[in-house]
Amino acid sequence: MKKLICFITCGFPDLRTTEKIVSVLEDAGVDIIELGMPFSDPIADGPVVQYASQKALEKKGTVKDILSVVRHIRKKSNIPIVLMGYLNPVYHYGLKKFFNEAKESGVSGLIIPDIIPEESKLIKSLAKRAGIDLIYLLAPTTEPKRRKIIYNSTTGFVYVVSVTGITGARKELPSGLAGFLKQIRRETKKPLALGFGISQPKQVTKIKKYIDGIIIGSALIKIIMRYRGARLVSEIRKFILPFRKELGKV
Amino acid sequence: MRYFGQFGGQFIPETLVYAVNELEREFNVAWKDKKFRKHLDYYLRQYAGRPTPLYYAENLSKYLNISKIYLKREDLAHTGSHKINNTIGQLLLAKRLNKKRVIAETGAGQHGVATATAAALFGLKCDVYMGAVDVERQQQNVSRMELLGARVIPVKSGSQTLKDAINEALRDWVTNVHDTYYVLGSVVGPHPYPTMVRNFQSVIGLETKRQILKLENCLPDYLIACVGGGSNSIGLFHPFYNNRTVKFIGVEAGGLGLASGKHSASLAEGTVGILHGTKSYVLQNKDGQICETHSVAPGLDYPGVGPEHSFYKDSGRAEYVAVTDREAIGAFHMLSESEGILPALESAHAIAYLKKIAHKLKKPDIIVVCLSGRGDKDLEIVRKFR
Repeated sequence: MKKLICFITCGFPDLRTTEKIVSVLEDAGVDIIELGMPFSDPIADGPVVQYASQKALEKKGTVKDILSVVRHIRKKSNIPIVLMGYLNPVYHYGLKKFFNEAKESGVSGLIIPDIIPEESKLIKSLAKRAGIDLIYLLAPTTEPKRRKIIYNSTTGFVYVVSVTGITGARKELPSGLAGFLKQIRRETKKPLALGFGISQPKQVTKIKKYIDGIIIGSALIKIIMRYRGARLVSEIRKFILPFRKELGKV
Repeated sequence: MRYFGQFGGQFIPETLVYAVNELEREFNVAWKDKKFRKHLDYYLRQYAGRPTPLYYAENLSKYLNISKIYLKREDLAHTGSHKINNTIGQLLLAKRLNKKRVIAETGAGQHGVATATAAALFGLKCDVYMGAVDVERQQQNVSRMELLGARVIPVKSGSQTLKDAINEALRDWVTNVHDTYYVLGSVVGPHPYPTMVRNFQSVIGLETKRQILKLENCLPDYLIACVGGGSNSIGLFHPFYNNRTVKFIGVEAGGLGLASGKHSASLAEGTVGILHGTKSYVLQNKDGQICETHSVAPGLDYPGVGPEHSFYKDSGRAEYVAVTDREAIGAFHMLSESEGILPALESAHAIAYLKKIAHKLKKPDIIVVCLSGRGDKDLEIVRKFR
């Protein structure tokens, strides 16, 4: 069964709402939650995630807060939670401390968009010891030789970046995407999750056969920007349902 | 060299890896290629006006009661600062890589102007990212870039200064990496930039060494330069690295004073972190978020610093100090009135430190200060400074 993965910025609009949104997403049939750890200088992100990160930081949104959000969610739910954030706040928190507490909080995986396998010897061994998946990104620009390094390094799944660019909802995905996905499908048996730019189910109709899951971020955060309270809950459900149908989950 | 001690590295999104690898390969080949070096040397001489003079500032020396102050006159290089040394080198590389477009970040506008200049010379399209605050306070350089055919894109995120301009330039590069070359302006960013930019700027120190040996028949006792990202200082220091009697002093922007928290002194006050693809000293809060910085000199207004400087700091090879906005403005006036030279406010930080060490010096000391740029761009700031 193909996985539906949703990214939200932890602490946007506030920590309590984040916990609430996670349970709404789970009820709506989302399989994996990616919780964004905000950073002041998100160089791989477009305006929507930049905005959400900035707002989250205004209300703290520290690594410690994020881990406590995970702990709260864990009391009620077993949904896999993957933390996603830039290296500096995690490094500053202390890598060992971070992995110890992440393990104890019930974090399932970690994505650091400014870490490449060649620079992550220590992180790799700490993640392995903590039993936390370390998920690497693979981009359309990744050369074949390095793609092998990524298949061998990643645990959990390969985060396949659909576009040469930053995060953010796009109307169309690049035309060469099917060929690219077909090629990497041939190269690895690791699960492939496609992210960046996905805003509508029809974007994945022709390519879903090559992948094991899709990741939706900015398009969902736009809804969180627009609505509050009960309306937010119903809008999230309305947004998620067609994606589930597209992935054959309904 | 990928690392300087524990500092440096490549902390970048996967999308950029092929571009930095391609750049590293091309730079390594070009740097060893006699034809490339001859080409570079030709443009540095015939176009940029090198070698720049090493000028004995006799009036200033007397005024401060220091035996001998020499000024390395990078302000006399074409476009008015040392930045041209780097941009000519990088534009030659962009041509070798068949890129059609270059992008750059700029703080004071000096690197933006130098990039726009080299792009005009070599016929490439040029877009420059500049914080909206800096666009406002360095209007003259904005006009220069536009007249040179570049497009200046104001950046309105974050503190709207150099850091945010780099963020935006990196986002552009991630998006247009196939046909776009990123001309980074300082010894920061992911490998190979810190090494490559240092090599292009080393012409400052190499010339200084030849000139001082000819003038004084000995090496200087001190080299002093301002440090924002740290390109003019590393360019001056690096060729003297193995001359252990030559002391290096890097002068950071102390802003309103280190205790005020409103400054850009990453080496003096920062802690080790990762910013813009490199591991180095960074000004960050207790949660690892990057701080907003302040300096009267837009080119120093940056919360990070080149990894090689962090290595020099920890190994003790260089000493890093800070002077305040007010002291830098004072030095601007002092040099203008004593020598008839208007220094860039960035370079004025290095001049200001002379006043602070004057009493510590032995009489025959020889000091070389890098006058990294000219001050014409800063007249408004100086006029308005209270």
